[in-house]
Amino acid sequence: MSVTAFLTDATLCIGCKACEVACKEWNGIDEDGLQFSGFSYDNTGSVGASTWRHVKFVEQAPLPGLGGNSGEQVSWTFSSDVCKHCGEAGCLEACPTGSIVRTEFGGVFIQPDVCNGCGYCVTACPFGVVERNSKDGRAFKCTFCYDRQKAGLEPACAKVCPTESIKFGELEQLRQKADERIAELHDRGMTDANLYDPLDTSVAGVHALFIIRGDARTYNLPPAPEVPTIYLKKAWTSSALAAGLLFGGTLLAFLSAGKNGR
Amino acid sequence: MASRRNLDPTDYRRERNLEEIRVQAEATRQLQVVGQPEKTSFPRATPEDGYYGLPILKKTPWTWEIPLYFFVGGAAGAAAVIGAIADYTGADRELVRHARWIAAAGSVISPALLIADLGRPERFLAMLRVFKPQSPMSVGVWTLLGFSSGATAAAFADFLTRRYGPSIPLRVLENAGQAASLAFGLPFSNYTGVLIGVSAIPVWNRNATDLPLHFAASGLGAAVGMLELMGHHKNRVLHTLGLGAALFESWEGLRIEARSNPDLDPLKHGASGFVTRAGGILSGPVPALLRSGSFFSSRRRSQSLRRWAAWSAIAGSLITRFAWMHAGRQSAKEWKPPVQREAGLSRQATK
Repeated sequence: MSVTAFLTDATLCIGCKACEVACKEWNGIDEDGLQFSGFSYDNTGSVGASTWRHVKFVEQAPLPGLGGNSGEQVSWTFSSDVCKHCGEAGCLEACPTGSIVRTEFGGVFIQPDVCNGCGYCVTACPFGVVERNSKDGRAFKCTFCYDRQKAGLEPACAKVCPTESIKFGELEQLRQKADERIAELHDRGMTDANLYDPLDTSVAGVHALFIIRGDARTYNLPPAPEVPTIYLKKAWTSSALAAGLLFGGTLLAFLSAGKNGR
Repeated sequence: MASRRNLDPTDYRRERNLEEIRVQAEATRQLQVVGQPEKTSFPRATPEDGYYGLPILKKTPWTWEIPLYFFVGGAAGAAAVIGAIADYTGADRELVRHARWIAAAGSVISPALLIADLGRPERFLAMLRVFKPQSPMSVGVWTLLGFSSGATAAAFADFLTRRYGPSIPLRVLENAGQAASLAFGLPFSNYTGVLIGVSAIPVWNRNATDLPLHFAASGLGAAVGMLELMGHHKNRVLHTLGLGAALFESWEGLRIEARSNPDLDPLKHGASGFVTRAGGILSGPVPALLRSGSFFSSRRRSQSLRRWAAWSAIAGSLITRFAWMHAGRQSAKEWKPPVQREAGLSRQATK
């Protein structure tokens, strides 16, 4: 099977949240509650256990071109966030039950019938995507519509997107498409358009690419995400050293105290 | 790059209305201001503050059971090591027995705490479907299983021997159990440092090298303290081990304070910083001073000082585990990708 991916284009997104709704309907996800955040028109804040697609309403300093209001006001860009389905996924590596698996489409999938809600994947995700559902007890995130993909359909969010801001397809083809689109945007004067695709980091590339304008951090996308397994060697070396010191030190202390150990 | 003008927030004439709604909502507590960048009345997404200052990382869902488990497991693991080595070197039988009891009690309490914290406790056994060396939690669960079996077997055999007299099968069970509790107890007393060190939480993973050593010393301090309070306050070996643990913890505290990495701020500032320092002082300098003082005191005074040192080390170890959990939560909330770091990882398409 080929590796599938999302390409989410913030320069095309109109913030209609149809992807959020389609995702919730297809996957039968809980509501998020009604809270007023005061941040633009985004009252959800981030992806989480009950939000697998999340539209960010990014109000920032004025940018010329698409996604702006009138010049004196802030620029308003939208970007639909989702699980990045990392090439080297922290949650997958951390999962102690083997509940989190890599699917034949290259996505990262939590098997809900295996997850026991240990919560370790939550601390392992460098993008803050996975979350434990407080009512259900298990961890949830975007499934990449594994069921739909198995049936040869595209994910619900991509299917419903009215502006084709969310594109779904083969990873390499989407990378090419992204480059073409960015070249086009540059031609049109939006020279700050760029592709968020952290290839040279320890997450080894993501399967959810984003075309954004300006700095990735404005969109809460970390420029250098790290998969926690890079710390394994350091930590276990230290653990072995600690075990050695504890054993050696205790043995030495008892031996030097003589036969009675008093 | 696009030209960006810095606008005075008061310029947003047409957005005033929204601002008024915000102020009202804030006053009536309908507004959940999670992480609004300081000094902006109007929400702004910036490279410095990210998306309205909202956290990127998710906080750990672990509640009090997990740091308590870190404490219990650390002390139980170290106690098993002390007990086994005391037995092999022919030390005081009573010390061996008490160390075994601490290890056995920890073996029972630890899984109970772990299971209680699961989102689906009835599915604990799913942990035993696989063994994943790349997952510290998987390695930890199997270590716990080995440790618990060994430590409870040794204590149980010991109990039966005392009650019904010695026999060969009991002797075999006791020795095998003790050997297993020693072999598994060594990693068990410090793997929790690996567990949180290998994570996406900056304050934890920046200390991936320190944490296992730190937790091992903390566990040793607590185990020694418990044994001393169980009546071994005259034992010289325990005194030496306790002093070693306290000195190491003092050094660890200095190391944390000396590093100026902003990712370590949750260990130094705010409520989590206060708890971390309180735990550090109680595990390090306080027992170290009390124990050093007891060398130069009269016998009675010396024993009283050691008892205080024992209490201090136990309390310090417990508080330290909670402090790291607290700091982890704070770190997940506060962390921002460093602005100094070049965002050169997003590809700019070339024409």
